Amino acid sequence: MHGNRRRLSTMRELLVALTAVLLTLPAQAGLFNPKTHTLANGLEIVVVEDHRAPVVSHMVHYRTGAADDFPGKSGIAHFLEHLMFKGTPTVPSGEFSRIVARNGGQENALTGHDMTAYFQNVASDRLELVMRLEADRMANLQLTPADVDLERQVILEERRSRVDNDPGSQFGEMMRATQFLNHPYGRPVIGWEHEMRALSLEDALAFHRRYYAPNNAILLVAGDVTLKQVVALAETYYGPIPRRDVPARVRAQEPRQLAPRRVVLSDPRVAHPSLRRTYLAPRRNSEDSSQAAALRVFATVLGGGTVSRLYQELVVRQKIALSAGAFYDAVSLDPSLFGIYATPASGHTPEELEQAIDRVLQDVLRDGLDLEEIERAKAGMVASVVYARDSIFRAPRVLGDAMTAGLSVDDVETWPDLVSAVTSEQVLAAGRAVLDPRRSVTGYLLPES
Amino acid sequence: MRYLAILLFLLLPAAASANDVERVQTPGGLTAWLVREPSIPVIAIEFSFRGGSALDPAERKGVANMLSVLLDEGAGDLDSLEFQKRLQEQAIHIGFDAGRDHFFGSLRTLSQNREEAFALLRLALTEPRFDPDPVARMRAQLRTRLRRSENDPGAIASRAWFRRAFGDHPYAEPSIGTDESLEAIDANDLRDYMRRVFARDGLVIGAVGDITPDDLAAALDRIFGDLPKNGAASAVPEAELQLAGGSLEVIEFDVPQSRIVFGGPGIRRNDPDWYAAYVMNYILGGGTLTSRLGLEVRERRGLAYGVSSYLMPLNHAGLYMGSVGTQNSRVAETVEVIRTEIVRLRDDGVTAEELADAKTYLNGSFPLHLTSSGAIAGILAAMQREDLGIDYLQRRPELIDAVTQDDVRRVARRLLNPQEMFTIVVGRPTDLPSGG
Repeated sequence: MHGNRRRLSTMRELLVALTAVLLTLPAQAGLFNPKTHTLANGLEIVVVEDHRAPVVSHMVHYRTGAADDFPGKSGIAHFLEHLMFKGTPTVPSGEFSRIVARNGGQENALTGHDMTAYFQNVASDRLELVMRLEADRMANLQLTPADVDLERQVILEERRSRVDNDPGSQFGEMMRATQFLNHPYGRPVIGWEHEMRALSLEDALAFHRRYYAPNNAILLVAGDVTLKQVVALAETYYGPIPRRDVPARVRAQEPRQLAPRRVVLSDPRVAHPSLRRTYLAPRRNSEDSSQAAALRVFATVLGGGTVSRLYQELVVRQKIALSAGAFYDAVSLDPSLFGIYATPASGHTPEELEQAIDRVLQDVLRDGLDLEEIERAKAGMVASVVYARDSIFRAPRVLGDAMTAGLSVDDVETWPDLVSAVTSEQVLAAGRAVLDPRRSVTGYLLPES
Repeated sequence: MRYLAILLFLLLPAAASANDVERVQTPGGLTAWLVREPSIPVIAIEFSFRGGSALDPAERKGVANMLSVLLDEGAGDLDSLEFQKRLQEQAIHIGFDAGRDHFFGSLRTLSQNREEAFALLRLALTEPRFDPDPVARMRAQLRTRLRRSENDPGAIASRAWFRRAFGDHPYAEPSIGTDESLEAIDANDLRDYMRRVFARDGLVIGAVGDITPDDLAAALDRIFGDLPKNGAASAVPEAELQLAGGSLEVIEFDVPQSRIVFGGPGIRRNDPDWYAAYVMNYILGGGTLTSRLGLEVRERRGLAYGVSSYLMPLNHAGLYMGSVGTQNSRVAETVEVIRTEIVRLRDDGVTAEELADAKTYLNGSFPLHLTSSGAIAGILAAMQREDLGIDYLQRRPELIDAVTQDDVRRVARRLLNPQEMFTIVVGRPTDLPSGG
């Protein structure tokens, strides 16, 4: 047999590998090495220089999302995202996308619970153009009733294709709404259908007025550009937009959750059952990020792929599941979710599977996790961080999502170090704290019997 | 405006890697195309063997696809768990995929873990274990995935369209196979497929990242060197599309939004009119917000969230396809709007401005695809598969730019014929004339 097969099965070797990976990170310390600046009107600017190709990604993240939807008007943040393409006094409705395309650019927008982002990927000499366009619609959006009516049809079709046509998505909506008793994270980003139908032009402009101010936005540019160039352009195009008072983002918080809840959705379109459980979980907090890092490691060890506890135990050894995994969303402005999901193997019921999952969790809480599996998970997580640098356009999204979730640029940069520093005691403590049944929802998605 | 667009195009910088593609010949006789990029410590390799699910035996549909999920489930002395552990702890990504005409593989590794990564890839390709447990596990996962797709309206539409169009031809079935064939496939079938397809004469390789040509050559000889030189000759016949002449078929399925797939004869990648067709398709339905279909279906009428058309060149057939989803009460209207736009482009061609804008987009946006190691490696492999030449990245802008309005008109008359297309609707359409 040819080839060099190092065997990395000992702890020491794993730690050596981990250290080696950290030393491999590019000469300047940190993940993206962003440079920052703030304009007088409050617009924050983040630039990640990457001169491998003459292209840039230009992105604006607004510090607002679906969790800020007006009560009774779910989906307005997402609707506004669509309507931002519908014109200003100088750019007719629909022209925004065509201008970008005519300049060889690709563009899109997206809405989350805590953010709304608009981006264009273009040749570096088109940065000024897209900045002018983006600043224009930040300041000067104008809408007609006809455009609003048409686009309302479009978002309803979007909801139909993403949710109504897919019982798995419908199940996810019901789970989320049940997990969050009070917080608007329980509402779908796209909105509830009956409220979407009633969203008006006035609602959209009111949301725009309330949240789309330069002091409530972050400009992120990555690629073949320097901070100096970006700041100069930003001064020209975003600079003149006056700051406005933006209300602090205060969402209705969760009360103490005292009871585990259950969701069962049966639908004839479900070919094969599945099971999902979520727990309310702490979000990553700038002041003490070690818990979030520990919880991420816990999620990876428990269910982050085919070597994880859940997969090996339920899928490989017991053969009671076809798939199994766990996840944890650390990046969130308010409390977030830790989750477990699994699909029962044929001949096994979701009830059996749930009991088997609970046994795995009990074993972990009682006996702890192996040092080896923790260090292996950490090594993999830290190594994969280097891949984030490989894709030129990744940085604005990662940084923008983090910043709109209350984290700083430094928080993003120091994440790999945080993960490396996590101890097994911390991992277990974080797991113990989150696996509180009272703060959980367990759901079954079933075929119609 | 037209002039300005052309001027802007000329000012666009050439793709950074256009001049940087090196042909690497290994001592063992393999060829790879390499773009060196030492600034990020990552190596990406994308490769493929000529073959794909079209080479599945008739009674064993799904072999190629099942193979693609089992190669990393244990190889050599490493059982499934050991193999996966090695991948995880060093963040090595090895993956495989079975298309209709090719069997794809990819590897991504930090450059410092390259030796382990290459060794694991070699094992996967030459000594997969196909232990009973992983085979049973993957079989069960695939059967469930298949069952789930049979309840997905988009997948139902697509599968029905291909079955109608291709009849007995291997292209009729999706790569995943059928429930019966998945039950029957065993390790012998998997090994037999490998013997026929994993051969050096059908192999193309693209590599990007922190590796020198010499190191790459040595690695590739280690990884692929033990494979046989020649694979089995391809037995896939040219396909005769069974067109259903302008017809529309409804498959009743309880969803609020009907999924619609339409299509007909298309064009092969090596057709002299390929670039004209590519430009024409961009104008007709290539970009949701910037195409004629996007404008008429979504923007002006609010009929859909997604609508698009695309060329699908296969080795033994050329297809021209499109899809859209709309609420059940507006299916007829949507189908009619799309048909009208197809006929309008065929009859009237495209304007000079549309043509110029399309070229600016297609040329200007191309470098945006060259922004990660894996993406570039994939393009290098695709260029070799389609015999586009090592200087393709430099020549591509000229090829696009050379397309004239007459070229577009000619290829539109060739491809945009509703009487040679047919449509599958999956849903509960309420506004179609009775009889579908």
